[in-house]
Amino acid sequence: MEHIVIIGNGIAGITAARHIRKLSDNKITIISAEADHFFSRTALMYVYMGHMRWRDIEPYEPWFWEKNRLELKKAYVERIDTDKQTLHFKEGGSLQYDKLIIASGSTTSFYGWEGQDLKGVLGLVSKKDLEDLEKYAPNNKECSRAVIVGGGLIGVEMAEMLRSRNIDVTMLVREEAFWAGVLPKPEAEMISRHVISHSVNLRHNVEMDKILDDGNGHVRAIVTKDGEEIPCSIVGIATGVKPQISFLKNSNIEIDRGILVNRMLETNSRNVYAIGDCAQQREPIGNRPAVEAVWYTGRMMGEAVAQTICGKPFEYNPGNWFNSAKFFDIEYQTYGWVFSETRKKDYEVQFHWKCASDLRCVTISYNKLSNEFLGINTFGIRMKHEVLDRWLYEKRSVEYVIENLKQANFDPEFFKNYEKEIQAKFFNQTVKV
Amino acid sequence: MSTVQRNMSLTGEPPKTINAQQKLASAIGLLGLALLFLALFNLDFPNKTLWLSVSLGMISIGIVWFSIAAYANKHEGIKNDGVYFKSLTSRGFWAWILGIALTLFYVVLYWFPQYLGWAQNGNNKGIVALFDPLSNLLNDGPASQWFLYGTLYTLAILAFGIKFILKYRHNKYEKLRTYSVMFFQLSFAFLIPEFMSRLNSESFSLPYYDLKNIWPLNYYNFEQYRVDSFISVGDIGLALLLFGIASIFIITPILTYFYGKRWYCSWVCGCGGLAETAGDPFRHLSDKRLVAWKVERWVVHSVLVFVVLMTTAVIYSYLGDDASKYWLTKNVFLISVAVLLTLVFFGVWIFKREELKKDARIGSIAYFAIIISLIALHFTTGKTLFLFDAETLRQSYGFLIGAVFSGVIGVGFYPIFGSRVWCRFGCPMAAILGFQQRLFSRFRITTNGGQCISCGNCSTYCEMGIDVRAYAQKGENIVRSSCVGCGICSAVCPRGVLKLENGPLEKRINSNEILLGNDLDLMNYVNQ
Repeated sequence: MEHIVIIGNGIAGITAARHIRKLSDNKITIISAEADHFFSRTALMYVYMGHMRWRDIEPYEPWFWEKNRLELKKAYVERIDTDKQTLHFKEGGSLQYDKLIIASGSTTSFYGWEGQDLKGVLGLVSKKDLEDLEKYAPNNKECSRAVIVGGGLIGVEMAEMLRSRNIDVTMLVREEAFWAGVLPKPEAEMISRHVISHSVNLRHNVEMDKILDDGNGHVRAIVTKDGEEIPCSIVGIATGVKPQISFLKNSNIEIDRGILVNRMLETNSRNVYAIGDCAQQREPIGNRPAVEAVWYTGRMMGEAVAQTICGKPFEYNPGNWFNSAKFFDIEYQTYGWVFSETRKKDYEVQFHWKCASDLRCVTISYNKLSNEFLGINTFGIRMKHEVLDRWLYEKRSVEYVIENLKQANFDPEFFKNYEKEIQAKFFNQTVKV
Repeated sequence: MSTVQRNMSLTGEPPKTINAQQKLASAIGLLGLALLFLALFNLDFPNKTLWLSVSLGMISIGIVWFSIAAYANKHEGIKNDGVYFKSLTSRGFWAWILGIALTLFYVVLYWFPQYLGWAQNGNNKGIVALFDPLSNLLNDGPASQWFLYGTLYTLAILAFGIKFILKYRHNKYEKLRTYSVMFFQLSFAFLIPEFMSRLNSESFSLPYYDLKNIWPLNYYNFEQYRVDSFISVGDIGLALLLFGIASIFIITPILTYFYGKRWYCSWVCGCGGLAETAGDPFRHLSDKRLVAWKVERWVVHSVLVFVVLMTTAVIYSYLGDDASKYWLTKNVFLISVAVLLTLVFFGVWIFKREELKKDARIGSIAYFAIIISLIALHFTTGKTLFLFDAETLRQSYGFLIGAVFSGVIGVGFYPIFGSRVWCRFGCPMAAILGFQQRLFSRFRITTNGGQCISCGNCSTYCEMGIDVRAYAQKGENIVRSSCVGCGICSAVCPRGVLKLENGPLEKRINSNEILLGNDLDLMNYVNQ
């Protein structure tokens, strides 16, 4: 029986632990300094908005851990001695492992702004961030104005959270439309309009220069690169996340932006693996970034590493890319690759359809030479993962996908269908061209 | 005041105030309610028609205006902001006040109707008298406490139904479902029985019959006084009696096979109708723990066994012994019941055995053995059927289940235990429908590949206390007896993971993890 130690109780670490338990009788210890139990990080927003209590975002009841013999330890790992296979804790004490899985996740990326250490400057990644937000922005009397820097998925979540408490939100977005570094322009513009319709003061092409102190070590205002001063009580940092690996600095584990791993998710140190947001592939896989900070990839790496550790060596070999999010009221799903203007491949063409309501749109990308279906972005219409995944594997043509789009619909019963509209637009359009 | 942790902060409370229009609307509604209270304390209104209209009108306008002020100017979408911050919806002070008030109302309604002003003989007084004009208009007779209750119940479903529709106006499934419960309550439960009683005369007397209220929910449907009066009025009565039997033995199985129990529980039923409309703000209060599910399975099926025993005993008690007078004698009836139960038991045991959990197997064997041995005991030794007198069984059931469970606990405790306590733990009709839904129905909730983020909205807002997330995060279909198909889990899911569907029976229950995203070989390993 081996002792498997997992650093981090997020989705990656917990998925690995669950699968190792299914496959083996190994002793499993999960270490976290953040929270007593696994919680859904993507649901932090709903606690602040009053949709759920903290315990509701914990997917397993407290008895689950003991029943499955998953030992939980709340501690901060300060140092890893890979030669002696020992962890040393900040609180004192140490722990030996036979196999170590590092799944320490991400932390907010700060870009060295002046004033970024002031009280009221926060990201939205950890339990502590949520507690800080409750502390600094409990209501619109104590916090009448907020500035959010950056407009990705975390930015829009923060905006929705703060608007739920009627706090004025100004959002600074570097691009000329929302999340335009990832979304094709027509979609990014639609999301911009939707965000603005929720009374968010969305400012395109604006970047933050520095954060001003109120004299007591708390945020007073921010200054943009154009020199404009915007008063605010909190500054939400939504300019991305980076692997949380500072505790590995003095270890022998090789790091770059993240912990470097091969396809087996092994680090350079024997018996040490890294999964989830903190791992960095030495060679990026396909079109995927080397560091993938996504819920789903964390889970998939957890599944893969569990097999390897339990004696069935297995590469992390993700299938077709997929992701999802929600921008205020508009749900978003993506399958395969649909790139933004700046990242678009030269062989990629995009067909775009938008509903008259301005709440739904679909972009389908395909290869202009072979007509092969490459990916789909869908806003406000739910689509079936299984069907689109299959079509991507089968390398269907864009015509096939559009003709059969109804098969992929996953909207609730009685919802209005838009396939005919989409088909009409596509076939008229291609005939004309 | 309450042990619920309202937020994570140590500093201030987040905003939870209602806007000025909502305050005004609440005031109007409460004023309308206050008029009823005045009548309760025997203030004799000079013009009852006028004051009843004013009161009910103000309540309706209050609720509808409140809803418009709450939702109409907001974007279409999920409206759960601050649910856990508001006292009323998070077991705070106002939740307890409302819970206690509702409970008191039910206690008075069931056991002390005289305090409402109801007079069995002679003229009503108080609040029941206030409803006399409406009762006269509909059924040509004075009101009773049940008429008062039915009117308020219907009003609640209609007014809060409008609120629910405004809240979920982006969701056509929710809208249609709500129109349906509003329609069935207004027509089948309220108006039609009143009109039917207009037909009654000295020689022609139909019992009060809400046609959508099916045995065993309508546990008294086959009692002697009802059966007698059905038969006494000739063809119409006989048709109604046969319809009552067909409802449970023919119509219910067919509809449940095609659509799951939702065709009844969240589209037609009155109890469900109130839970889905007036009870909607409390849906998240249902207990999601595994232990609650275990309790639920034992309690709801025990109620079902109880109602079967009770009804059998009651029917048995008034049937005759002489086959030459009427073919359905005591013995024929009892043997039919035994045969039916045996068929169901062995049918399930032979064809669906692997789908039963351990406690379901133990429970079904135990209950089957008890019922059959009681019947055998009766035949062999001549002891009273089921050991208790039929009338005792009937009265105990009426008190414990019909009144205490469905009324006092079921509705009175909405703000504490959530809106579906009765449907989940007590309703024998739900137990039958659920039994079939689990084993023999096309209905299921499908999950969308690997898109679940385990956020917990689905589980939190499941009024039946199903831990939907536990299935969704593993990519499993949700096929649970208790699911009433309200569709809210699918509506609140931020990632488009859940969908209510009717489809083929094969592979409906998949216990494998079939999350998509990883390569296919790995998924084979994971499922080995």
